[in-house]
Order: sequence, then C-alpha cells, then structure tokens
Amino acid sequence: MSEPLVSVRDLKVHFQLPKPSMFGRHPMLHAVDGISFDVHKQRTVGIVGESGCGKSTTGLAVLKLLDQVKGSVQFDGVDVLGLEPEALRQLRRRMQIIFQDPYSSLNPRQTAEGIIRDPLNIQKIGSPTERFEQVRDMFELVGLQPSQLALFPHQFSGGQRQRISIAQALILNPDFVVCDEPVSALDLAIQAQILNLLCRLQEKLGLTYLFISHDLSVVHHICDEVIVMYLGKIVEKTDRSSLFKNPLHPYTRALLSAVPSRNPKTKSMLNRVPLQGDLPSPVDPEDGCRFCSRCPIAEARCAKEEPLLREYAPNHWAACHNV
Amino acid sequence: MNQAIENSIEPVLDVRSLCVDFDTKRGPVRVLDDISFSLNAGSTLGIVGESGCGKSMTALALMGLVPSPPGRISSGEILLHGENLLEASKKRMRALRGDKISMIFQEPMTSLNPVYTVGNQVAESIIYHQNVTKEEAREQVIELLRSVQIPAPERRIDEYPHQLSGGMRQRVMIAMALACEPLVLIADEPTTALDVTVQAQIFELLLEIQKQRNIAIILITHDMGAIAELADDVVVMYAGHKIEEGSTIEVINDPLHPYTQGLLRCMPDIGEDDSEVRQPLFEIVGNVPDLANRGAGCPFAPRCTARVDECSTLPETQLLKDGRRVKCWRPQSTMPMPEVTAS
Repeated sequence: MSEPLVSVRDLKVHFQLPKPSMFGRHPMLHAVDGISFDVHKQRTVGIVGESGCGKSTTGLAVLKLLDQVKGSVQFDGVDVLGLEPEALRQLRRRMQIIFQDPYSSLNPRQTAEGIIRDPLNIQKIGSPTERFEQVRDMFELVGLQPSQLALFPHQFSGGQRQRISIAQALILNPDFVVCDEPVSALDLAIQAQILNLLCRLQEKLGLTYLFISHDLSVVHHICDEVIVMYLGKIVEKTDRSSLFKNPLHPYTRALLSAVPSRNPKTKSMLNRVPLQGDLPSPVDPEDGCRFCSRCPIAEARCAKEEPLLREYAPNHWAACHNV
Repeated sequence: MNQAIENSIEPVLDVRSLCVDFDTKRGPVRVLDDISFSLNAGSTLGIVGESGCGKSMTALALMGLVPSPPGRISSGEILLHGENLLEASKKRMRALRGDKISMIFQEPMTSLNPVYTVGNQVAESIIYHQNVTKEEAREQVIELLRSVQIPAPERRIDEYPHQLSGGMRQRVMIAMALACEPLVLIADEPTTALDVTVQAQIFELLLEIQKQRNIAIILITHDMGAIAELADDVVVMYAGHKIEEGSTIEVINDPLHPYTQGLLRCMPDIGEDDSEVRQPLFEIVGNVPDLANRGAGCPFAPRCTARVDECSTLPETQLLKDGRRVKCWRPQSTMPMPEVTAS
C-alpha cells in the first residue's frame, strides 16, 4: 500500500469546563482521547459512532480547526499541529472540509459564485477572469447549471446546496477532504446523488476522504476502511468487509444489529444485541473500558483495566478484553 | 401483530379521499390529493416518502391540526370508529385529540416545553381528559413513565427536559401520547433525531406497547428500514399523492411503482454488495416537483425513466391482487428484488 497521506498519532482533544466551585480543578471533557490512524492516498476512511463519540471533533482536529489539540498529525510529511499560521494557510489549499448541514453552512447573503470563489480570493489565486472560469468549471463539475451562478443559497434545494459546499471545498484542488456527515441532512434520493458525486469526484480528482457519519449503511457503501469510535476512543479499526462481516468488538456488533434492515422482520429483530441506556458522560471518564457500563459481555476486569487496541487479524484492530 | 382480524372487521381509522389545499398568493395549492387508507386495531401502517410529499400533513389532518388559514381540508372523510372527524365540533375534536388519537412528534428536543417538569407535561392530558385529582394523575404518570422504561420514574417525574437524554425525551413523548389509552397513535419520524442504538430501543418499546394495548400505529418516516421493521402495511407518497400501497413485505420485495423501485434501489444496504469495487448507487434524477407548478399529469413523470405518452394525464389508482394499489399507468414488476427469507 502507498504511503499514508495523513497520519494521526495519539490525538487528544480535551476541553476545559468551568469549575463547579471556587476550589478544586476544572473538570475536563475528553472529546477525543488518544487515537491513532492513517489515511492512505485516494482511499476513504470512515469514522462511525453515536453522537458525542468524538467523530466530528476528530475531523476538526486533523485539520487544526481547533486549538486544544495534543498529539501529532502528519500531512504528507508535514507536522500540521506545529505549523505557523502562514504556513498553515498555505497548507489549507490541500486539505478542506465539507460540512453537514447545507442549510446553515452557506452564507445566505452571498451568491453561489461568491461562495465558491471565496477560497480563491483568500489564497490569492489567479486573476478575476481566471477565478470566474475556475468557479464556472467547478460548478459544472458538481452538476449545477452555470446559469444558476448568480443565485443565493435559499434559491437552491438541499441537494444543490450540498453541491455548492462540495464545490467550495474542491475549488482549491485539495488532496484531502474531511466530509463531516455530508449526506445526513438530505433526503434518500438526494443522498444517493451526492454519494455518487463524491465517488465520481474522488476517482476523477484523485481525492482522499476522511468520511464522518453515523449511518452505517452509508459508511459501508463509501468507505474502504472504517474506524468505530466510542466516547473518544477507537474501539475497532479495519477494512470495510472485515468490519461488516466479522465485527469483533461488542459495541460494533450492537451498532450493526441496531441498523434497521430492509428485509422485513427477519435478521435484525431476531438476533439483535440490545444496548441499554445512553452514552455515558465524557467528563473526567473513569478508568477501565469506556463501554463497560453498556456492554453485554462485561466482566469485573473491564471496569478496572482499560483494553488496548490490538491487532487480532491482519489490519483488524479491536480494543476489548473478550475478543 | 395481525390480531386485527380477531378483534374487529371494522377498521379503527378509515381515511377516504382526503384532500388538503393551501391558499397562496398564486392560488390554491393541493398538498394532499385523494388520500385513502384504513387501519385496524393492533396493526401498524407505515407512510413513507421524501420531505414535502405530504406525509406529515396527513398526520396533521388526522389530528385536526392543519394550520388554517392558509390550509384547509377541502374534501374527504376521516372516520374514527365510524365518527367523521371532519364534521366534529372543535370541542369534540379537543376531547378526542390526545384521548382517542394522539401523536408523537419528530424532535423530542424541541417539542417538550423546557420550563415545565416532564411530570407536569405528561399529567396535562390526563387531567384534561379524565376526572382525576392531581395526586391520582401523578400516580398514573409514574406508572406511565415506568411502562416506557424510564429508570427511577419517581425521581424523573420532577426533572426538566434538559436533564434528560434524547432517547429519554422521546420516551417521555411516548408516555404523553399514551396517557389516555389512545386507539390510534401517530408517530411522525419518532427516531430521526436519535442514534441507531437508541432508535432500536424506541422501536422495541413501540412494538411492546402495541402488543400490550392493541393500539393502531401510523408510522411516518423516510426510512425504508424502519418501515420494514415495524409496519405491516405501507403507503408510499409522492408530491401529495398516494402512489403505492400494500403489505410491507410485498411492496419491498416487489415494488410496482417506478418511484418506489427507485427509492428502494437508491438506499445503500449493508450486506448487499460484498465486492471490493464500489457500484454506484441508483439515482432518481432531479428533484421533488414544486407543488404550485405541477402539471396535470402523473406527478412523478418528469423524473420517471419508464415514462410513456399516457403519463401526461393523471393515472387512476389500480387495485391489484392482495389489496395492493398503485397509481401508475404501467406498473411493472421488477422481480427479483432482494429475497426475504420467511421467518
């Protein structure tokens, strides 16, 4: 396999919360707690998990869009977290992000053309005519009509708005794109259009994706490798087919069995692994396995000793004492 | 769940040719066009479609909550145990709503009142509809919260919505809807805002409650997976029309309307393709039509790949075998779709 384009080691994002009283220390919210992974060129790595597991924070941290990040992120050999602002701005050409909600992530007072051209203005690329041509070409590439360039976001449908977000992310010709739940706000038929567009663009432009989603069927469709996160930790990490055929961690199994199946009342209702309760609080988590409060196979040991991520089969990693 | 036949032949809820119009500056816009379906006690009907297809409007019409003006129910009948809700007085409707027919709303985060305790909000409809004291109502609420599997209900009853997680809030919403032994429960996207593991918990709760109380459920969703898990029958809607209806297993295994076929094919499904090479998903090209500028023909025709000349006039609903209905000039079976192994 090729060299990794992005290499994340021991990434930690801890947010300081206000002190409950005058004395004592600040409680810490462990949003992401020591995760490591690689993203290889022209591949798609998916991060799945429930809300609050730290998947979006990971996406932001990798791009250094957050301040409180510890650990290391190497992008094509460059240490992203240690970069000076000017060097970081240069590097931003090569790494971009597509946000979840096309209804709120586009400036309502800018035209579609202005939104897509903004990155070119900021990076001072090309003359005004060249910029306009680039924007028009990109507009067509994501499947929009050049006649719509002067329209405002509210004049587009949800799917079209997401196409504008994609165009904005791709206008600088990046290598690496973080897709933060790019289809979860869209209708089914539109979701299929956008997923196909992302796949087509990846092939055409040689893109590398970090694809963040809570929807396992979408991740199954689009990703080459999948990382399952739970409360700031990676619980399982492997390629797509091993994860869906042979999930090792009890959380992955529960997550998979909870996905509603289209085959009426058959597989998932019968051998569902029900998870009770909700995600525990990520504020000052206790020792031991983070999943043990909801785990169907937890033992006494799980509450005391934190399981390490271990390789159980070639490139199939899991963090559980009872694999 | 098909205890319907044992209980009664007559359906609990019978909707006949329901039409809803909204008055706009450009004239009336028809948002529901000739919607009919019926529902038996103890069974679940799924209504599925994309946003703007009229599925939530159907729910509001059943509850007598169509915003008016500008909306109005222009024709049709909604029979709840033979009583036409469209002819009921406002007072009668208030008595029925929340008592005999109740609804779970989409977002538990925003549909609970943040300044009242959950106990207060659940007790509200009990006190309104039943002749009970506050203490008796409180006892009932604790029992209700227990029946929707909220741990430590004695404590939770005095908490405010922000102290509960999303799943807990949705359980409170369900408890509110069940407060008065309803005959019909409308669940409008009950799990859209929730994680899959919590969604699975809520689905199981709904199934259990239905079994215990023999309630008829209308499940409104855009998720075919949810329909497959919960619904006995399904109605597929598009642009205000009912375009297909039938038992869930049949519709999913052998969809007849091109829109239903497209909708099923464009969903990524785990376990479908095992190949390392990604197959592109099926796409329904274009967007949902603007209801105000829709032509006279089949509403799906502009996006349909099987379009013929006849499609410029609105198709009649055809009744096929086993109670299946489809609103298409050329319904075509595309068997085989993914096989269902009988359980």
